[in-house]
Amino acid sequence: MSTTFETIIAVAKAVTPNVTPVEHHGDLTIHVDRDHFMDVLAELRDNPRTKFNMLVDITAVDKNTSPDRYDVVYFLLSLEFSHRVRIKVGVRDDRMELPTVVEIWESANWYERETYDMYGITFEGHPDMRRFYMPEDFMDADGTQLYPLRKDFPLMGIPGSLPLPPKEEI
Amino acid sequence: MGLNEHLTRDGFVTTTLESVVTWAQRNSLWPMPMGISCCAIEMMAFGGPRADSSRFGSERFSFSPRQADLMIVAGTVTYKMSWVVKKIWDQMPDPKWCIAMGVCTSSGGMFRSYPVVQGIDQFLPVDAYVAGCPPRPEALMKALMYIQEKVSASKPTLANFGKDTGTVNRGEIITI
Repeated sequence: MSTTFETIIAVAKAVTPNVTPVEHHGDLTIHVDRDHFMDVLAELRDNPRTKFNMLVDITAVDKNTSPDRYDVVYFLLSLEFSHRVRIKVGVRDDRMELPTVVEIWESANWYERETYDMYGITFEGHPDMRRFYMPEDFMDADGTQLYPLRKDFPLMGIPGSLPLPPKEEI
Repeated sequence: MGLNEHLTRDGFVTTTLESVVTWAQRNSLWPMPMGISCCAIEMMAFGGPRADSSRFGSERFSFSPRQADLMIVAGTVTYKMSWVVKKIWDQMPDPKWCIAMGVCTSSGGMFRSYPVVQGIDQFLPVDAYVAGCPPRPEALMKALMYIQEKVSASKPTLANFGKDTGTVNRGEIITI
């Protein structure tokens, strides 16, 4: 593990010892629990040794297991040091929400909306928690909201859940 | 006696109104380029010097649907985009024709997934489906020639205005 990674892990560990770093194919991922991930993210941005001043993306992973079903992933980039890290936070299927990180990085606004739209994970304190790509009434016949990137969503969608223009008869 | 002799000697020819109207229509089909994705690149090549759609009177891509009478839907149509395509189609004056260019437009193609319309014939009357991913400009030319045939066979008199009276069926599949 490179000295860059060791620095990043040390900064994260100074906030909470409850972090699990994983290196895979030269990329660093740090698993953090939901009680501490906000502090870890803020420290990674503000610490002069890391300076992760850019949030590149937020997405989620549906592991299709219960109750520890989702991972929300934060992709960070330091423009000064040109190093990157992924922060993964577990989300249980009986508690589908996380606090927002809009206060730390403004760019989180649309990424969190996209994650909500695709997986149904809500972000507490988000200024505009609406769907991003899909229509607000994207639901099945029973009125259950649909989230297309969940593993239990059929690949071809649910017939009738998205409207088409009426066909003119000739 | 040829057309030239008639015109030079008599100064007039006798024919039917339908023949004249369809002759004019089929040799000046103005396409509405509904270029949504990569098929649009081949559609541009179709207008370029090698394929040269101006040989068929179709070099004038009409970026206003109000002056177009042939819509070439070139690309993947999503459910979100379908309303836009339909809105543009509705702005085109009758009589009008539609080419579904490429497999995405014709059947969803490789995008067998929830946001992509599995064939634009679910909401548009398609005259010709062009196979290929993307189709070569020659295939689009063949589709245009098919539409020309169809226009020739149509009966554009006032009584039939707006009706599909052609003897050629809708939904021909074009392959080269």
